[in-house]
Amino acid sequence: MTGRRTGAGPVPDTWILFDGGEVPAVAGEPVSAALLAAGVRTVCRGIRTGRPRGVVGIGTGEPGAQVRTEGPDPRPMAPATRVEAREGLRVSGLAGYGRLPEQAPARGGDARWAHCDVLVVGAGPAGIAAADAARAEGARVIIADEAPEPGGDARGGGRDAWAAATWRALARAPDVRALARTTVTGHYDHGEHAALERRGRDDLLWRIRARRTVLATGSTERPFAFQDDDLPGVMLAGAAAAYVRRHGVLPGERAVVAGCHDEALWAAAALHDGGARIAAVADARPRTGSAAREALRRRGVEVRTATSVLRAEAGADGGVAAALLAPVGPDGAARGEPVRVPCDLLAVSGGHDPAAPLAVQAGARLRWSAPHAAFLPEGLPPTTVCVGAAAGTRDAGAAEEEGRAAGAAAARAALGPPVAPPDPVHTGPLGPLAGAPVGGLPDVMRSRGASAQGHGGEGVGGPAAPATPAASSGSEADAPAMALFCVTGPGTDAARVYVDLQRDAALSDIRAAIAAGMDSIELIKRHTTIGTGPDQGRTCGTVASGITAHLLGRTMDEVGGTTPRPPYAPVPFTALAGRARGDLIDPLRRTPMQPWHEAHGAVYEDVGQWRRARYYPRGREDMHAAVLRECTAARTGVAALDASTLGKIVVAGRDAGTFLDRLYTGNLSTLKPGRCRYGLLCTADGMVLDDGVIARLPDGAYLVSTTSGNAETVLDHMEEWSQTEWPELCVHVFNATDAWAVVSLVGPRSRDVMRRLAPGMDVSQEAFRFMDLREGEVAGVRARVLRVSFTGELTFEVNVPSWYGLAVWEAAMDAGADLGITPYGTETMHVLRAEKGFIVVGHETDGSVTPLDLGMDWALSRTKDFVGKRSLRRPDTARGDRPQLVGLLPEDPGTVLAEGAQLIGGAPGPGAPRARSQGWVTSSYDSAALGRSFALGLLRSGRARHGEVVHAVHLDTAVPVRVADPVFYDREGSRKDG
Amino acid sequence: MAEPAVPRRRSPAEGLLEGSHLSELSFLAQAELRVDAEEADAASRMAEQFLGCPLPGPGRATGNGAPYVLWSGPGRYLVVDSEATGRGLCAGLSAALGGEYGRLCAAVADLSAQRTVLELSGPDAEEVLARGCPMDLHPREFGAGSYAQTVIGKAAVGLHRTGGPGPSGGDATAFRILVRASFADYLARLLTDAAAGVRSAREGAVV
Repeated sequence: MTGRRTGAGPVPDTWILFDGGEVPAVAGEPVSAALLAAGVRTVCRGIRTGRPRGVVGIGTGEPGAQVRTEGPDPRPMAPATRVEAREGLRVSGLAGYGRLPEQAPARGGDARWAHCDVLVVGAGPAGIAAADAARAEGARVIIADEAPEPGGDARGGGRDAWAAATWRALARAPDVRALARTTVTGHYDHGEHAALERRGRDDLLWRIRARRTVLATGSTERPFAFQDDDLPGVMLAGAAAAYVRRHGVLPGERAVVAGCHDEALWAAAALHDGGARIAAVADARPRTGSAAREALRRRGVEVRTATSVLRAEAGADGGVAAALLAPVGPDGAARGEPVRVPCDLLAVSGGHDPAAPLAVQAGARLRWSAPHAAFLPEGLPPTTVCVGAAAGTRDAGAAEEEGRAAGAAAARAALGPPVAPPDPVHTGPLGPLAGAPVGGLPDVMRSRGASAQGHGGEGVGGPAAPATPAASSGSEADAPAMALFCVTGPGTDAARVYVDLQRDAALSDIRAAIAAGMDSIELIKRHTTIGTGPDQGRTCGTVASGITAHLLGRTMDEVGGTTPRPPYAPVPFTALAGRARGDLIDPLRRTPMQPWHEAHGAVYEDVGQWRRARYYPRGREDMHAAVLRECTAARTGVAALDASTLGKIVVAGRDAGTFLDRLYTGNLSTLKPGRCRYGLLCTADGMVLDDGVIARLPDGAYLVSTTSGNAETVLDHMEEWSQTEWPELCVHVFNATDAWAVVSLVGPRSRDVMRRLAPGMDVSQEAFRFMDLREGEVAGVRARVLRVSFTGELTFEVNVPSWYGLAVWEAAMDAGADLGITPYGTETMHVLRAEKGFIVVGHETDGSVTPLDLGMDWALSRTKDFVGKRSLRRPDTARGDRPQLVGLLPEDPGTVLAEGAQLIGGAPGPGAPRARSQGWVTSSYDSAALGRSFALGLLRSGRARHGEVVHAVHLDTAVPVRVADPVFYDREGSRKDG
Repeated sequence: MAEPAVPRRRSPAEGLLEGSHLSELSFLAQAELRVDAEEADAASRMAEQFLGCPLPGPGRATGNGAPYVLWSGPGRYLVVDSEATGRGLCAGLSAALGGEYGRLCAAVADLSAQRTVLELSGPDAEEVLARGCPMDLHPREFGAGSYAQTVIGKAAVGLHRTGGPGPSGGDATAFRILVRASFADYLARLLTDAAAGVRSAREGAVV
């Protein structure tokens, strides 16, 4: 049995299940603490090696114990140090890969925005002080911390009461948000940050926009590498001590502590005070800090200097049973015979890396500081400042002072008048401070210097004082920290010197990468996979850089570190999605008639964001049968289409006509009020952008209709030309798409229905001609009626304010009931228009088709210029062998071609020449009116090839088809008047 | 043949909002007014006579309901009136500005049914909106009488703060959201869902 509760902490009040076995736990403590207290050493397995792994750290930097949880806080994969124990929690160890729950999703997700003057990341001494000072200046503050409780790395020391009280006060203060269990996962442009708040089963993703950011992100303790450093029972020294101080959990009975800085010695003292037997303390430095050495001496522990761990030895349970200690040089090379020291806890520490990913994302560079034996951020932009352990300040008191000054300065800068960013020339090595715009930000360099030199550990660690690393200095004047990354000796097996436990990547992998010629840390990362695990190299990144620097004979700055891209911690997709899931994933635009379609069993088709009725099956009809029936009704009786989705743009202003003349291919300024004209719209390169009917309203303005999916595109096109090219024209465009519902009454009997619906309107052929627009009452509602036709049949397009859309639709259905009025959907609409050879933008056009290709030169004005006109004379657009619109009749009238099928000349087959595509099928249907299948297509030189037989190839079938005129039905146009 | 019954209007979010702090102000008259941006001052002087209030500056609303005017871009205004008809509103505005052949390059369109107006009120209104709207809605930045065009979820909206701290707001927080009719169903469901999210967060989904 190894590991127990010291009795100084809370008593277990609940149970969790670990791999099926009950483990007593204190509600709210990390699962790792409960496992250590219960003597569970092996928590999970290595991803490649299957070697046993246990708890290594505390907090987020956990390279060892990865678990999957179910119950109140379900997660496919999480470090055991970050899951809070609570009743009903079921925990199991993972072998490298997370596993989603059987019934997804286990977690709820939500997302929100928030804004503040000052965002403080981290709630250690520096962060809490910064937030409190910013609040006192009147700033809107958000402070976020990963842990359930405030205090940061200093938790368990003398500042807990202050931290808790200040946090509570912050949480109650107006305009302050104190977010626990919240990881700020990324810094983006313009002060935007993403943060993930964990709330039991739910996650809340915050998008925080901050004017100023104070990064008080603390540091991550890093190990150093040696053979079999991955054995359960090998832990980070500061983490082992923190389990004692914070949770009253002693991770081992007999401890060996090895480090290269004084904080590791203070950790040894804490383990001793927690009740562990200290079997040995090794320090790689020739000389240790005097205060820490003295503190250990008083506890009867002698420090072995210039000594470190060469190898760990496993016991029967697979966990550590002994440490082999050997004298080491400054480069980590072991000299001389190792000494075997039995232990069940091997607590190691190689130093502390400022948690700098957010600083780097904000623009900082990392520079190696020899006195800190760490990379420190520098060159931050003026909107971001880094304080406390994140800036290398190890002393908690100094960190608090730094934070207070930085928080107040950030608040003043955020609330002050906007100032121009400082000249980059003045942004010195500590950019944010030298270039501080307002009020003088604190000189962190000076306070850093103070912490490096002035806090020689006086008082701390004395007999009466608790041994608190956070209260001591990491770089005492008489013995600064040493950079130790790896300890090896002549017999070391480099394949078992693990650098990244999460990837099972070892020293031998780095050596292999370098031997293969890689000399950039980014390449070595990709070759070895070091730093690509769930913790993104938080504990092993600097170790990998240090080993690389040693192997290449370069400085730490020459090697540097890998780029810490967001997100800093894993973010579940459910949180990213927020409420954009299910039927809220995208807006579903509905017409006012939707309730009727719903009640009458419509089958839908989503067109852009619109939900449109595709057809209305009766009884057991399939689409084919329903569409043939709907087509017949439109050609022989009366049918109705909900055409409300048509784009509608009002173009007004003195020069509206001139403006439309310049944009559309036809003449529109000559259009008289109350008349309509078909129009084609091209882009500057001469390609068809959209088409539609343009009506002149009685008040002189124009009502332009667009393809349903194209309203915004056409509106933008109009705004662009009017604003950037022709600002001298007096023209204003309005989007009126949603203002009007449109009931399109189609067929030879539609006039009868109109007579009943609009008794006051003369709808006779003489009074209401094709391409007329009339205003008047329809079904008791003021309406605009257009006599246009997209089917070739007599059509009344009734436009009413959208509030009345449903009522007028229902009135039309009632009025036409005895005539067999038939609702039809988009599929029938397509068949009817294709029978007439009418194009649909997006079917017959794809951005590479000109009006000439479509045989629509009749729509092009010869007397005036329009956008795209010149491009139609380019050699390529004018050549005769471009793909041209044709009709296609399959030789077998029962075959409906596949849309998109390629057209080739001769029949393919063995021995036939390799066929080249000569075009493709753009629309293809079965037709009730024609009694056969038909299609439209674009075929090279197609207009000259009517009568020719080509082949339509789709997948493995080639179908012979005859090329024809694209107008199949009523070529004379005699039916449009009924 | 059946004589058409008196037609019933149906508002875009009808029946979606019972029992929440969200309600629909249906069938308001709405006119869009456009003038060349450099003529905005002159237009404001001419329109004020008819509207009873000047045209608002950037990011603001003027007037108090019958009508009120929202700034929706340089030279662009949305006039909302709870008492007039869209046609009456447009005719009056158009006449005030001198008609199509007046001195100004102005145009007016009756777009009453283009948008509906949702009203969101109550102490949680800002929190609910923050679940979908990226703007800073703190009263210090967006007080009563502020108007902005923004998005809520994936719907483009006009957002008007009518209640809360500001020159004309009362104590109670209230927003009016102008949304295009075809997006009203999506937006109403999104806001209802967001309100439930805020409620459950408040009621201690936190473990």
